[in-house]
Amino acid sequence: MITLTPLRNFDVPVHASCINPDEFKSKTLKEIAELPVTEGNRNLTLSDLFKIEQDKTETPSITLNGDFKKVKRVGQGMKTGEIIINGNAGMHTGERMAGGKIVINGNADSWTGSEMKAGTIEIHGDAGDYLASPYRGSGTGVKGGYIIVDGNVGNEVGCYLKGGVIKIKGNAGIFLGYHMTDGAIYVEKQCSSRAGAAMTGGKIILAGAVSELMPSFTIDSIKPKVKVDKTQSVAGPFYVFLGDLADHGTGKLFVSKTNNPQLAFYEKYL
Amino acid sequence: MAEILVKNGFVVDPTNKIDGEKMDIAIKDGKIVKKVNERKAKIIDASGLTVMAGGVDIHSHIAGAEVNMGRLIRPEDHYKDAVRKTKLTRSGTGYSIPSTFVTGYRYSTMGYTTVMNGSFAPLKAKHVHEELNDIPLLDKGTYPLLGDWWFVLENLAKGDIEECARHVAWMMQSTKGYAIKVVNPGGLESWGFGHNVHSIDDQVPNFCITPREIVRGLIKVDKMLNLPHTIHLHTNNLGQPGNYKTTLDTMRAIEDLSTDGKPVAHITHIQFASFAGDDWGKFRSGADEISKYINAHNHITLDMGQVIFTDTTTMTADGPFEYTLYTLSGHKWVNSDVETEASGGIIPFTYKKNNAVNAIQWSIGLEIALLVKDPWKIFMTTDHPNGGPFMSYPRVLAWLMSKKAREATLKRCHKKAQKKSLLPSIDRELSLYELAIVTRAGTAKALGMPNKGHLGVGADGDVAIFNINPETTDIAKKYKAVRKAFKESVYTIKDGKIVAKDGEVVDNTTPGRTMWVDVKTKQPCIINEEMKRKFREYWSIEYENYPVSDHYVKVSDKLTVEASV
Repeated sequence: MITLTPLRNFDVPVHASCINPDEFKSKTLKEIAELPVTEGNRNLTLSDLFKIEQDKTETPSITLNGDFKKVKRVGQGMKTGEIIINGNAGMHTGERMAGGKIVINGNADSWTGSEMKAGTIEIHGDAGDYLASPYRGSGTGVKGGYIIVDGNVGNEVGCYLKGGVIKIKGNAGIFLGYHMTDGAIYVEKQCSSRAGAAMTGGKIILAGAVSELMPSFTIDSIKPKVKVDKTQSVAGPFYVFLGDLADHGTGKLFVSKTNNPQLAFYEKYL
Repeated sequence: MAEILVKNGFVVDPTNKIDGEKMDIAIKDGKIVKKVNERKAKIIDASGLTVMAGGVDIHSHIAGAEVNMGRLIRPEDHYKDAVRKTKLTRSGTGYSIPSTFVTGYRYSTMGYTTVMNGSFAPLKAKHVHEELNDIPLLDKGTYPLLGDWWFVLENLAKGDIEECARHVAWMMQSTKGYAIKVVNPGGLESWGFGHNVHSIDDQVPNFCITPREIVRGLIKVDKMLNLPHTIHLHTNNLGQPGNYKTTLDTMRAIEDLSTDGKPVAHITHIQFASFAGDDWGKFRSGADEISKYINAHNHITLDMGQVIFTDTTTMTADGPFEYTLYTLSGHKWVNSDVETEASGGIIPFTYKKNNAVNAIQWSIGLEIALLVKDPWKIFMTTDHPNGGPFMSYPRVLAWLMSKKAREATLKRCHKKAQKKSLLPSIDRELSLYELAIVTRAGTAKALGMPNKGHLGVGADGDVAIFNINPETTDIAKKYKAVRKAFKESVYTIKDGKIVAKDGEVVDNTTPGRTMWVDVKTKQPCIINEEMKRKFREYWSIEYENYPVSDHYVKVSDKLTVEASV
């Protein structure tokens, strides 16, 4: 196991895509220390910014202790191994990851798990905007994998989702699951407006109160319970909406009946 | 200025019929000369290397409002290709639409020294020249879109070719353009009303004219004005299945206009205009029909518009075609109508090997390039960025030069494309000599640039040296080495200065010239109150502010031609 601790507070963003189990594997401590990172516009090595220690335990492969909020692209493209971040994580953590596991014992910044294909990300704090969403302008969504967030998430989470499961135990911002085509998103508490805008497939389960429902969704039925993934199903009852009709979509939006009495008027259309 | 002597290289110069001869090339004061003082000159040892003239790209969208709009809507494109600054070069971004400086650097490191901007709406001329000024290390030119300009349509409908010619001459001067660009003639004007034209004999709404008359009229205008390049034509129905018939109709319609056996039109990105089949399901290649016609006639030149399997951005003045792409892909779409002149559209697009249509498109481009026997008739382009970014040129060259390279790609394509492709039946592999024609000598000739594309005495001192030894390398087998060699020239010399070496830019002091045509008509275009009134009523820019003044062009290379009207 390699342990990294920041030597000081960072004022400008640090790009450290080399903090990656695949990269560290089969490298000596000295080679790891010389991996390139940039701080702002300066080219540095890993040992210029972090204290690097090694011990004999196998898992996790990398432990990051301290505030990594300014450190971007940790675990970018990782395929195997495990990273534990004891502190906040920076932007683009686990971007394009294709396997392995990242555990964040703190808050995660924006674009965590962006464009990931497989693997697991556990966030034991809040997550920022664009969780599991592609970079601005891109349509390359998450293809698979599993993301679980204990806290709240920001706006535009799970955009262009093509597969995989996102579970959020707190609240979610606007445009949840924008343009998603497959996969599942589950929000336990409140969800802000425009969930599922432009979705054409997949499912969004909103177990808490919903501030506003898109008018381009139509009610289909009421179901007593709904399955999130193979291991979990949630007791309802749930209104089942289909949409987004503006994009000829057949995505499913499950909204809790008990927590959303304002939607009761939909029942007359059943 | 420094003298340079390139010694002992294998010189490939088709214009002067030199094929791999070991000889020296001397450059002095930015021009190729007979000899230089060996003791004073900088000697470049090119033994074992291939020496060619600097590359001349006939059609590439590198500057203008459309290109810039493409950059604006694609942050994800820049995100994956950020270019850091060095001591000499500026920072920038790629990928499919590189920023201006990066465009210059990347072309230069591939051995290109001249690039022509594929099209621009005359209204946006100032923007084009601002961007061209910022593209370093290259000589540039640009083609104004004139096929749907109201003055052209009105005068041609009246049958007044001479007045039309004067207006075109005025426009060429005012926008500092190089050649007449015609895109989907009649279609762009129709698109302003939500329509398109579907054959060369459809009526253009409100103008009582057909695409056939527009193309024929502008060819006559081009001849009257003695412009260096022929008209640069993007045909009707581009990108529609079965459009090879329209392309053939267009070529037949102008057959009689070539009186001296010289080309009268350049049909650009022919791949997009050679689709056969009734719909996308029955989509197949029309390369056979097109190439048969081209082999039997001499009045047309072509460029490939080759498709590369990558994520790119399509941009064209052909607004209705971009709408078709939008309905197919559902991707983000820019649509525009440029006042009285043109339309435009932009859509990001990914060409995929496992998509039957895309894979057949890839095959069509190569089929035509290989089936047209005379390399002086078809040139290599990707219609950057429509078929793929220009950085992919080395891959296209490898496909042209090696059957093995084509097979390697074809076997990973969609099954349907493999079955329908004509490529397995084509054994032709371009030699270095033919390659120099399709990338430099032929394009320079078609563009009417006597000083470019060759290494004869008096030519511009633009030289590219590649790491290919024709004596020891079997280029058809070692296609990967060829690809690498064309990706990074050993030396690129521009105007007698070494600007790139081993794939790195080593000079930032050469801005490159902007070539434009100043047409002197016998009678000037009559700028009467009527014309000014039209400017006031139909344009957002007044007549007085419309022309690009001389100070806009940083390094101006004016070509003055005497018109016969």
